Amino acid sequence: MSDKSLSTEHRGQPPIWRALKERLFLLVCLGSTGFGLLALAALTYGLVSEGWSVLSWDFITAFPSRFADKAGIYAALVGTLWLMVITAFFTVPLGVGTAIYLEEFAAKSRITRLIQVNITNLAGVPSIVYGLLGLAIFVRTMHLGRSLLAGALTMSLLILPVVITSAQEALRAVPHTYREASLAVGATRWETVRNHVLPQALPGMLTGIILGLSRAIGETAPLITIGALGYVAGLPRGPLDSFTVMPIQIYNWASMPQKEFHADAAGAILVLMAVLILFNGTAIYMRQVARKRLGS
Amino acid sequence: MAIASGLTKKRHAKERLVRAVTLLCALVSIVTTVGIVYVLVSESIGFFMEVSPWEFFTGTRWTPLLEPKSFGVLPLLNGTMMIAVGAGIIAVPTGLLIAVHLSEYAAQRTRRVVKPLLELLAGVPTIVYGFFALTFVTPLLRSFIPELPVFNALSAMIVVGIMILPMVSSLSEDALAAVPKDLREGALALGATKGEVIRGVVIPGALSGVMSAFILALARAVGETMAVTLAAGATAKMTLDPTESVQTMSAYIVQVSLGDTPQGTLEYQTIFAVGLTLFMLTLTMNLLANRLVTRFRQRYV
Repeated sequence: MSDKSLSTEHRGQPPIWRALKERLFLLVCLGSTGFGLLALAALTYGLVSEGWSVLSWDFITAFPSRFADKAGIYAALVGTLWLMVITAFFTVPLGVGTAIYLEEFAAKSRITRLIQVNITNLAGVPSIVYGLLGLAIFVRTMHLGRSLLAGALTMSLLILPVVITSAQEALRAVPHTYREASLAVGATRWETVRNHVLPQALPGMLTGIILGLSRAIGETAPLITIGALGYVAGLPRGPLDSFTVMPIQIYNWASMPQKEFHADAAGAILVLMAVLILFNGTAIYMRQVARKRLGS
Repeated sequence: MAIASGLTKKRHAKERLVRAVTLLCALVSIVTTVGIVYVLVSESIGFFMEVSPWEFFTGTRWTPLLEPKSFGVLPLLNGTMMIAVGAGIIAVPTGLLIAVHLSEYAAQRTRRVVKPLLELLAGVPTIVYGFFALTFVTPLLRSFIPELPVFNALSAMIVVGIMILPMVSSLSEDALAAVPKDLREGALALGATKGEVIRGVVIPGALSGVMSAFILALARAVGETMAVTLAAGATAKMTLDPTESVQTMSAYIVQVSLGDTPQGTLEYQTIFAVGLTLFMLTLTMNLLANRLVTRFRQRYV
């Protein structure tokens, strides 16, 4: 079919016209890539020019304030750290456990396929829907209120598909010979996995965990839905305390009418982006370690 | 011998235990799905007892928080689709052309630099896009359209378009790369130029994969929340004018969550009915995309 359209489209076209079209097409493609890079440049420029001036040590160590020039991100930064630690506590064993089951134990049955398809679909569920789930189950049914724990449980479910999928990929990258050698000398499946497969897959799994957590760092909507928005005076001291996180602090400042608070929001975004770049840099480094180790 | 068999027994018990524990982990994801459906449906039932589904799905006025109350979801659906389609108009052609450039034309070195840079755009939190729309894109647009309000659909479309751009380009790139080499070589041997091969053979050959990338990206745009909440505002209305302020389904859920609507009231239940609509919409799109991509993979195995 395509061949036909080729021959009819170009029959009788002068070579110059075809050469010109060729150039033009390449130019349009180049322009598109240029557009993407330009968008990145504009984003960086917009944020840095707005937020650079507020960045200082005081900005990082100060609590939120009614006065834009005295406000800081300390409570939000500490809250984000807490939320990440508790989220990792739930999501890492769940994600790795699921991946081990699917890759190492499960037979290729209908149920395995159902679980797999289900994970793919969960990855496409909008984050705000997870927020509604968290609101109904963790906040109200389990009476956790607007606590760190409720937020972390919601976030764990949200990033679980990402963590599972990349842990599966990490397990799949370990050559079969490792497993066969271990099974051949009489190890059980779990012994094989624990002693030979997991150590090899570890850097790859860490990459996925870090990528999942970096998604959770930037999420705002599910936390707003479970009611985490609002003025929080102190730092959380335990998982049942109320909290605030970086994206919510940014949202608060961004929705203020005063320009000065917008600068604070941009400053907080720069700090958030720095943390994210650090996270992603680590993930990329881990991935390289994983590739080197498995010799591919 | 007795010791050995005791050890074996213990090892096998451990084996079974680990198997059971990991299976339980795997079931958590099933429970999550069941939980989402259960919560959305059970909370919506109360709502649909008061407001008929007919009124909800065909009504063109959405004023659940103001008298006279009206519960027609179409304005929210309209706002959601308008921003998703607008974002798609920006991201789909651009993303496909970026994919063509990177996979067919660009030198290995360029690719290695450009690809991670573009992927940075996908890692930026959506709240950042919202802020960018509010403080950079809208003021910029205002220098061309002076009467543009602070909250408008256009700047939301632009930032959501930028946000889904890397997704479109990297998924399309995978699809383009999956088209077998002999098809390209065949066309080249017939005298087609490189551009003709790409437009006439590679893109049509990768079409279902590319379509699936588009749908996935649109589904992402439909579910997007913070960027549209900050950029497009909170006025639910039936309009196709991108210079007006609109409200999306997700932005409405945020609006109610921010306010102090008492639990158990009809107003409070609206967010679950809207959430259910949003969930069904994105689920349909994702299932469709998965079907397309499965069919696409089968074609070239």
